[in-house]
Order: sequence, then C-alpha cells, then structure tokens
Amino acid sequence: MIASRRGFWFAAPALLVITLFFAGPVCGAFLLSLTDFDIYALKGFEYLRFVGLRNYLELLHTSRFWRALGNTCYFVVLGVPLSLGASLGAALLLHSRLVRYKRLFRTALFAPVVTTLVAVSVIWIYLLHTRYGLLNYLLSALGAPSIDWLGDPAWAMPAIVLFAVWKNFGYNMVILLAALESIPETLYEAARIDGASPAQELRYVTLPALAPTLSLVGILTMAGYFQLFAEPYVMTQGGPLGSTTSVLYLMYEEGFKWWNLGMASAVAFVLFFLIFVVTRLQLWFARRSEDT
Amino acid sequence: MTSRARPARVSGVLVNTALVLASLASACPLLWMLSVSFMAPGESSHFPPPVLPSAVTLDNYRALLSTLGLGKSFLNSLLVASVSTLLSLCFNVTAGYAFAKLEFPGRDRLFRLLLGALVIPGQVAMIPLFLLLKQLGLVNTYAGVLIPSLASVFGIFLVRQYARSIPDELLEAARIDGAGEFRTFVSVVLPTLTPIVVTLALFSFLGSWNDFLWPLIVLSDDDLRTLPVALAALSREHVQDRELMMAGSVLTVLPVLVLFLSLQRYYLRGIFAGSVKG
Repeated sequence: MIASRRGFWFAAPALLVITLFFAGPVCGAFLLSLTDFDIYALKGFEYLRFVGLRNYLELLHTSRFWRALGNTCYFVVLGVPLSLGASLGAALLLHSRLVRYKRLFRTALFAPVVTTLVAVSVIWIYLLHTRYGLLNYLLSALGAPSIDWLGDPAWAMPAIVLFAVWKNFGYNMVILLAALESIPETLYEAARIDGASPAQELRYVTLPALAPTLSLVGILTMAGYFQLFAEPYVMTQGGPLGSTTSVLYLMYEEGFKWWNLGMASAVAFVLFFLIFVVTRLQLWFARRSEDT
Repeated sequence: MTSRARPARVSGVLVNTALVLASLASACPLLWMLSVSFMAPGESSHFPPPVLPSAVTLDNYRALLSTLGLGKSFLNSLLVASVSTLLSLCFNVTAGYAFAKLEFPGRDRLFRLLLGALVIPGQVAMIPLFLLLKQLGLVNTYAGVLIPSLASVFGIFLVRQYARSIPDELLEAARIDGAGEFRTFVSVVLPTLTPIVVTLALFSFLGSWNDFLWPLIVLSDDDLRTLPVALAALSREHVQDRELMMAGSVLTVLPVLVLFLSLQRYYLRGIFAGSVKG
C-alpha cells in the first residue's frame, strides 16, 4: 500500500456527496423535527418556530400514530418469521442432493425479488380480488369460503404479509443456500456415524451451523420490513379503516400530503429510533446465545 | 443397498415435487400477469379465472403506449436509470478503490463511520433533502431524482471488498513506469475491477428502475414521471381495467427481469458481498 494524500481525492467526491445529500439532511431532519414547519413555512422561513419536543409529545397523543405503529409491528412480527421460514425451507430443499435442475428452481424462486414492487403490487391486487382472484379460486377449490382480502380490515394486513413473503423470501434463500453449502461435509459424516436420523442432523448440525447467518438475515429483514410503504400505498391506500397505514405511510401523508414537514420529520426519527433499538436488541441476543 | 435406495428415491420425488410447487407459486403471479395482458378487456373477470386468453390481443399495450402515455414514462425510467447507473459508477468505484488500496489520513475511521451510517434508513433524510432541492430549484427535475443515488455506502463497500484483492505489486509496477495515480486507476485498476463494476451497475440500474418513494415525492409533473410512479397513479384511476393494468405491469417488470436473467451471476455476487457486512 502506498501512502499518499492524493488517495483522498479519489474518495472525496463520494464523501462530499454523502455528506451533502445524506449526513447533512439527517441532521437537518432532527432539527426540523423540533420545529412547527408547515405549509406556511414553505412560503417563507419567518413563519418557522422552534417548538422543542412538542411534535414528539403530540405524536404520543395521536391515535393515528399508535395505529400506524401497531400496524407496522404487526407486519414485522407476522412477516419476518414467515419470510425467514419460507427462505429456510426453500434453501433446505434446494440444498438437497436429490434435486435436479437446481439452477432453474433457484432462478424461478428468486425472480420475484428483482421485480418492481409497484408493478407486482398491482398484480396482487387482482390475485387477491374477492370474486375473480386466483387466491380465492384456490380457496374455493379446497372448499374454503372466499375472503375479502383487501377490503376487510382484519385481512388486509395478512394479505400484504403474504405478498411480502412471496416478493422477498428468495433474497434470504440464496444467502442461506450459500451458508448451507459452506457447512463442512465431515460434520454430517460424523453425525451419521453416531447414527443420527435426517431430522437429528437438521436439528444438531444444520441449524446450529446456520445460526449466525439466520440471525444476520433476520436483523436485515426486520429493518427492511419496518420501512413498509409502497405495498399499502398501491394495494390499499392505507385502508380499509386505516388497518394498513404504516409508520412510513404516516410520514408520507403528514409530510407530502398535508405539508407538516416538522411533524413528518419527527415520525421519521421515531421510525429510525425504533429500528435502531430493535436491531441492537437482536444483535445483543445473538451475541449472548453465541457465548453460551 | 436396496433398502437404502428406495427411501432415497421416495424422498427424491418428494423434494422435487415440493420444489416444483414452490417454483410454481413463485412464478405463477408473473406468468398470470403476462397471460392476462394479452386478453381482451373484461375477459379475465370471470369465475373460474381463465388461464390463457381466448384470442391474443395487443390492444392493451397499444392503449398504454398511445393514449395513456406510458411509453413516455418508459423512456423517462430508462433515462433516469441509465444516468443514475453511470453516476453511481463514477462516484462509488473511485471511492471503493481509494478505501481499499490508497492510504490517506483518517481512512479507516472514515470507512467505519460510513458503515455505521448504514443503520440510518434513507427516508430520514428525505424531507430536508426535499427542502434543499426546493431551494436549489431542483424539485420536479431529473437532477433532483438522481441526487440521492450518486454515491452509496453499499456501492463503496462492494467495490472496496473486491478491490482489496488487487496485488500491490501491480500498482507499484505502474507507478515505477511513471504512471500517475489517475493513469494507474484507468489503465491498471479498472480492468481488474470489471466483474464488480458489472455487479454495481446492475444493482444501481435495478435500484433506480424500481425506486418509488423518492420519485413520487420529487416529480409532480405527469410528463416527467417514471414508470412505477405512473403505474401507481394509473392503477388508482383504472382499477377495473385489469387487462390494461397487467400490460402496464409487464412493461415495468420485463426489462428488469430480462436484465437479471442475463446477468444473474453478477447479481448474486452483490448479494453475497452485502450479506457479510455484519
């Protein structure tokens, strides 16, 4: 490696851009969340007032905020385990030595990941249609009653979870598949010599070896799922009865529909804080279980 | 061995059947989209839902491209995603190389700081960035859409991990031959980085093409809208016209799907690099 100040000039443009258009605005967002910036302040900054933590306190007294927070947590709590389960199941199947056409299967299972979220959300509106949707057709073939997926407040969020699992499971699947392929074959041989059944191999060899990868993809998936927005925007417009309004959806509406940019910044910061705390907790749990 | 061979054959059938079913579930919505996009208006709204069009028609695509202006949005998306890709390469490849191979004061501390910034969701910066663009007169312009995608921590990280494998001797040799830092970068470093440049280009293009929230905020002019923004607006007006909407989804999804299928190897490399950052 060569010591040279000139090296800095290679990194400088990117660092400048990240400072100007990311780090700066993040700090700005915090300052903004301490003001009553609204549509009048857009016209001129003389209408801007410093209000301290009032936006945050007001949020705590807004039922729409608690609703959005509850909806987002519901989506995360239901969506993350289902997504990881689907990813793990698919990865285990693909890893089996008995599989033919492995690459073809992998591509088919991965395809939804690269698709445009808005476009596939539109597809799913019709798949979930009460009368003419494929999903209710399958249900009726099984003799189950049809469900008003996107029109029933009790079913709208589960429907979005189902969609999110379909869209995203392939991503973690390929990561888990790579982790499975890196488990040394000797571990399995030793287990077989000890007379382990396939189920015991899974329980005592595969899963412990996968644990670090599983907890990493769990953290990343959870952080991503907290940022739910486009799915409810396209599929339900936050409804019915606010049952799919997420925290980010609330930020978008506060900020760019009603132009309460101070309040919207406070919402963004609460979301950031939430993601930060939850990922830290998960990291802490992961480290502790690795130590013991 | 027959006693062991038979269970293996049975579980082989089970595993392959399970994978066929899972792949069908995964690909079915996309195949159904393609099929319905060729149906006549109203044809898919029957019970049971028809699988294939009774007669293939291109009317939906014609309507989208002529009267509904989705062709314009397609070109907008193509322009934004291409320029965004080029810019992302310019900023991230040089920075990634610098963080891997060039020594400068505070380099490692800066890099750790960048990695730390990954925990901040991008949406936090959006509102002040919008106000900044408003001051600069860049709201409702492509420059405004492109700004957040110029440089990214992920891009820098991706290139850095790959560039670390460039042997120092190679760089030394170029310098002894009298090449300046920039000459060395262009004629020695860039050729060795080609695979990761393809990966980064692919991620940048797909990321920009699929992006929704930021273009939704910045672009209010119908003529400037990118495909996802135009499609979302169209689906609110034309919710009953499912054949039309499926054709619109095909127009949006097909380019990225084709790009992914032809460059799959490079795309997966990016995922693995991203997942070991923990």
